[in-house]
Amino acid sequence: MLYFSKLRIIFISLFSVLFILIASSNLFKFDDNFFDKKINLGLDLQGGSYLLLEIDNEPVIEQKLQNLTTTIRNYFKEKNIKINNIKIDNQNIFFNVTDDDKQSVLDVFQDENSDLNPYYPRFKSHQLEIEDTGLNFKVNFSRQGLIKLKNSSQDQAIEIVRRRVDEVGTNEPNILKRGNNRILVELPGLDDPMRIKSLLGQTANLTFRFVTSDENDRFGVEKLKFENDLEEAVVSKRIIISGENLLDAQPKMDTQTNQTIVSFTLDRVGAKRFGKATSTGIGKQLAIVLDGKIISAPVVRDTIASGSGQISGGFTFQTATDLALLLRSGALPAPLEIIEERTVGPDLGQDSINAGMIALAIGFMLVIIFMFVKYKIFGLITNVTLIVNLFILLGVLTLFEATLTLPGIAGIILTVGMAVDANVLIFERIKEELKDETNNILAFDGGYTKSRTAILDANITTLLAAIILFFMGSGPVKGFAVTLGVGIFTTLFSVYFIARLFTSIYVSRNKDKEKLI
Amino acid sequence: MIAFNKYYNHFNLLSSLLIVVSLLLLIFKGLNFGIDFKGGTLIELRASDSKINVSSLRDRFNQMDLGDVSVKKFGNDTDFLVKFENKDNKKNIIEEIKANLDKSFGNNYDFRRVENVGPKVSAELLKSGVIAISLSLALMLIYIWIRFEWQFSLGAILALFHDVIVTLGVFSLFSLEINLSIIAAVLTIVGYSMNDTVVIFDRVRENLRKYSDIKIFELTNISINETLSRTIITSATTLLALLAIYFFGGEILKGFSLAMILGVVFGTYSSIYIANTVLVRLRVSQKTVLREDDLK
Repeated sequence: MLYFSKLRIIFISLFSVLFILIASSNLFKFDDNFFDKKINLGLDLQGGSYLLLEIDNEPVIEQKLQNLTTTIRNYFKEKNIKINNIKIDNQNIFFNVTDDDKQSVLDVFQDENSDLNPYYPRFKSHQLEIEDTGLNFKVNFSRQGLIKLKNSSQDQAIEIVRRRVDEVGTNEPNILKRGNNRILVELPGLDDPMRIKSLLGQTANLTFRFVTSDENDRFGVEKLKFENDLEEAVVSKRIIISGENLLDAQPKMDTQTNQTIVSFTLDRVGAKRFGKATSTGIGKQLAIVLDGKIISAPVVRDTIASGSGQISGGFTFQTATDLALLLRSGALPAPLEIIEERTVGPDLGQDSINAGMIALAIGFMLVIIFMFVKYKIFGLITNVTLIVNLFILLGVLTLFEATLTLPGIAGIILTVGMAVDANVLIFERIKEELKDETNNILAFDGGYTKSRTAILDANITTLLAAIILFFMGSGPVKGFAVTLGVGIFTTLFSVYFIARLFTSIYVSRNKDKEKLI
Repeated sequence: MIAFNKYYNHFNLLSSLLIVVSLLLLIFKGLNFGIDFKGGTLIELRASDSKINVSSLRDRFNQMDLGDVSVKKFGNDTDFLVKFENKDNKKNIIEEIKANLDKSFGNNYDFRRVENVGPKVSAELLKSGVIAISLSLALMLIYIWIRFEWQFSLGAILALFHDVIVTLGVFSLFSLEINLSIIAAVLTIVGYSMNDTVVIFDRVRENLRKYSDIKIFELTNISINETLSRTIITSATTLLALLAIYFFGGEILKGFSLAMILGVVFGTYSSIYIANTVLVRLRVSQKTVLREDDLK
């Protein structure tokens, strides 16, 4: 156990030096092209916001089913099959058919090449499930159909969230999917997430619709409130143009009225429709509806054929800017709810770093002094190993660009405390061996060999705990699992290669010395 | 040599008592769950005006109709921790509070940390915390079962349960807050306690093979003594590191390091006085390990 070949010594030295260099690259600025990896600081250390958003898919499902009833009706109309009493109830579509048509309706829904009910060969499932009780049918989304729907609304939502966050211009946001109905947004360096929160909290569904007094409007009507919650107006459900037709939106100052407005440009389709609507609707009120509330309802005075227009509604510059941003980035497919928020101010982050570093320094010093007092020369060896161990640990974290959190720092300190365990096990074993073995080299060799299983067992148990933490924990706790887990490997390396190398050099030079340890 | 075995019975009694008391505490008093597991809102606030203190803050917050509000000093005299349930999960609660505080305190305060955990998330976090701890106990059981004979496994697992239950019992007794980092601490305790037990067991097994004429009652004592200096030194260095975190690592790590300190103390104790006594009570002998060797 004490023999080292030259090659091995060179390898160990190079390896250690390499990691010391990598670790110190966090402190000194190297040429970025040469080496640009760095330990990331977690949000709890650099300050920032962590937001977990959940997509409320209910309205999407509702909407899809609504569309589906129309599709089903038209589809069977074309095939001359009569569908009666089609209605939606509790997220199910119900309809009934005559006896003659029953089988053909079922066939359409169960055909693998059906264009009404897409089949996913990979999951061996249709999008829709159909159930019949006599001549009554019940249609709803199958499990796979729901998953597909959720995935696609998540895909859309994450895109819109990304656009909105990018528009605000925070540095290096991290936007990730979580499950199939959640989005994680990490915003480093942001100490007041209020604006982003309010931007993400809005669906930003914009429509232009005429205010009507005709209760029997062909498209149906609804009563909507104004933004100020005081007035109400009856608005047609017919959508003239919607947010999808917008090419651009910008906050502007109206020089005539001295008001802040949002000016917008429409795409071709939108411009055409807007032109037509404004030419036929002169004198009528056109309501601008955002997320079910009327921003304003100006009277149409002229045909607007230019494809651009403006929204006024008593905005401040800030609210106009935000509305323009929302309109530019598009509407979310479904409302988002912030179900978890954790925000740390930058000064608290800095305080945490300082406290963590002081604790690390003090913990380190205490352990080093203790080990030196207890084991003298071998304590010194342990301590040098401990320092190298710390550098290798930091080096590995740098190499993997791991995220260091406050509990992560605690994990490093704990590693320092527990790293000596392996050396202590070895040294204590050597002491025992020396009781009936006079040959130093044999005693040391025996000490290393006989303590091996205990050391391995001890480290594997801690590693198991760290692995579970890594997979079950979130955010800061994960950081702890990482440092603790990586610390075990670096500790084993430094104990079995570095400390053993030093020990072997010292022992072979003091072969005949009594009471070596 | 210290005669640890003289007190096996006494300490077994004490441990049983500790476990019973802890369980009673956990059942009847329960744990003080933080917002991670209970849901709600937490605000860490730093004041730059001496007018802002616990009572003036409490007054302010109580007027805001937030349900149960707790206001506590947090480390410094200028730092405060405010917690409330946020039952209706109001959307813009933080902004409302800020506007409200601005009225009384102007600009003389600063939100250093805001955490808001919805009821769904907290339920999930609690579930995954329980799963994590159970899973780690199960994994340790499997590991030790592979490495040792069943008598040893039983001893190690009993020791683990003791450490986890008693640590949580202390948290219950003093109403210390249980949050995500405490779960991390408990898992680490499980790892550490196992580590400690395994080192002694390793020696017990080695001695069992070596000496056929020494009874397990004596043999455990010999093994404990042989590994004693390692036990002391490792606990000492680990505790030194943990004390450094506790005293210098900032308020946020206080609970975590305290749980770990308790765990290390209980873990060290249980390795000696629970894990080993199980071996004695199960009358482990040389045959136990030798038979196992034959099978291998």
